[in-house]
Amino acid sequence: MAKSIDVSDVNIYYGDFLAVEGVNMTIRAGAVTAFIGPSGCGKSTFLRSLNRMHEVIPGARVEGKIVVDGQDLYEPGVDPVAVRRQVGMVFQRPNPFPTMSIYDNVLAGLRLNAGKMKKSAADDIVEKSLRGANLWNEVKERLNKPGMGLSGGQQQRLCIARAIAVEPQILLMDEPCSALDPISTSAIEDLIHELKDEFTIVIVTHNMQQAARVSDDTGFFNLKATGEPGHLVEFNPTKKMFANPDDPSTEAYISGRFG
Amino acid sequence: MTTLEEVQTRVHVPLVQPRLPRQAPAVVGVIAVAFGALLLVLGLGIVGAVILGAVAYLIALPVWSLVIEGRRGATDRLMTGLIWTSFGIAVVPLVSLIWRVVSKGAGRIDGTFLSYSFFKTQIDQPVGVYHAIIGTLLVTLGAAIISVPVGVMAAIYLIEYGKGNKLAKAITFLVDVMTGIPSIVAGLFAFALFTLIFGPAYVSGVGGSVALSLLMIPIVVRATEEMLMLVPDDLREASYALGTPKWKTIVRIVLPTALGGILTGITLATSRVIGETAPLLLIAGATDRTNMNVFDGAMTTLPVLIYGQNLRGDAPAEAIAWGAAFILIVIVMVLNLAARIVGKIFAPKKG
Repeated sequence: MAKSIDVSDVNIYYGDFLAVEGVNMTIRAGAVTAFIGPSGCGKSTFLRSLNRMHEVIPGARVEGKIVVDGQDLYEPGVDPVAVRRQVGMVFQRPNPFPTMSIYDNVLAGLRLNAGKMKKSAADDIVEKSLRGANLWNEVKERLNKPGMGLSGGQQQRLCIARAIAVEPQILLMDEPCSALDPISTSAIEDLIHELKDEFTIVIVTHNMQQAARVSDDTGFFNLKATGEPGHLVEFNPTKKMFANPDDPSTEAYISGRFG
Repeated sequence: MTTLEEVQTRVHVPLVQPRLPRQAPAVVGVIAVAFGALLLVLGLGIVGAVILGAVAYLIALPVWSLVIEGRRGATDRLMTGLIWTSFGIAVVPLVSLIWRVVSKGAGRIDGTFLSYSFFKTQIDQPVGVYHAIIGTLLVTLGAAIISVPVGVMAAIYLIEYGKGNKLAKAITFLVDVMTGIPSIVAGLFAFALFTLIFGPAYVSGVGGSVALSLLMIPIVVRATEEMLMLVPDDLREASYALGTPKWKTIVRIVLPTALGGILTGITLATSRVIGETAPLLLIAGATDRTNMNVFDGAMTTLPVLIYGQNLRGDAPAEAIAWGAAFILIVIVMVLNLAARIVGKIFAPKKG
């Protein structure tokens, strides 16, 4: 089910402003790929371009090729809605739907898009997704309570359950732990390890230890200078990146001597 | 060079400062009331006595405070006094109006008043305002049926699709202008429209509904816009990321999240137009009979009935006008309570 992503010569614009320039990489299927880099270097922008969430912002556009499963996401005629069904996303701040119960939140993607389903099938999907997100044991007694009543970490795992319930091939995570405490963070990192058998996972993080812990490959983004577009400095297996990076600026950033 | 004394004064900054006793405002208040009462006894009118009493309070307390607490305390006392005075000025007319309507109108309410119309089949038959209650409810319901879809959908366009383009800006401006059109102009518009279509001397309840909807739409648009803007973009993005098309995101995620506020806005808009008189005089006319058909014939509403009874001016007519005013206020109050309850029910739940 997991698919790889081939990115070639991608430029990302907000209107006339070039935000990210000349990105080339191959994101392996069934692996965890982390993006690190200073704030404003375009790693979140690039992540959002992988499921065409980028263009939700007026004036935003992408040049270049992003190929998933042999299909270029940015070819004319590609339906962004169809892309997002294949490439799910988890956001920085947990955002369960406030009008829905835990149960309905998990099913939201399917209910909104696939229409009606049998009660027993729905129950199975809810249980499977919540188990997949390591949340089942905590919420199985109160599935009909509002999703907003959970703690921040539980809400984020609910959002992950919601994202994996529609069975995407790729799961994008935009700093999924930055609003969470260390215990919830650890729960989500464990979850990422379990999920990578089924999904290709791409995660943006500000936490270098987290990138080192969870990822197989790492991409380091940086700005050439203030006001210049962001670019991909280095893309390597995480072990090599943290032990023996190719680029001196990567080493400076990772070891905290950045500037 | 700093002298030793200067250093010492800077080192020891006293944190305790002289304060007026806690009861000071109450004491001054009692004295001000007594002063006002004295003026009243001396022959000044009630209005003058209240104003001078308030002024006495606003001067005495800050001056006392200035002597003991210093400038900052005095300013605080003065501003607090002014804010309470303004609050009083705002509340007095409201309370007095409700008191007057209730005391004069509530006594007129009984079974006959609520169930008979003005139309008499026998000479000694009692009269009531049933026909006007029905008229008010039907005309306002008609206005809501026209305004709610138009207003809500216009707001959805402005917030979800138009976002800052020229057309949206133009519509927003026109909606703002529409908020300010005099109701008589809305009545004339409906009058002209229906005269063009159905010929002269046409009156009907639906004409009144069209006139009222012209006043109601901009309020509904404004209220809905505000509520849609409060829905966080996070939720829209979460929905898109699940592969949900935009229209479905709006219908299934955005609108339910904002529903409580939208319903409150609609109810407030309804309460705003339910008391309109002028446009209905023009296009809905007035009748003594109960008319259930909004598409044919004149319909009396409560405000129009109050206006008509007030013109007649005799004592029974005035009593009927007060009674009708009381009913109108009760209807508006029930609408507002319903809006609050509905808003609570649909508000996003926590825990």
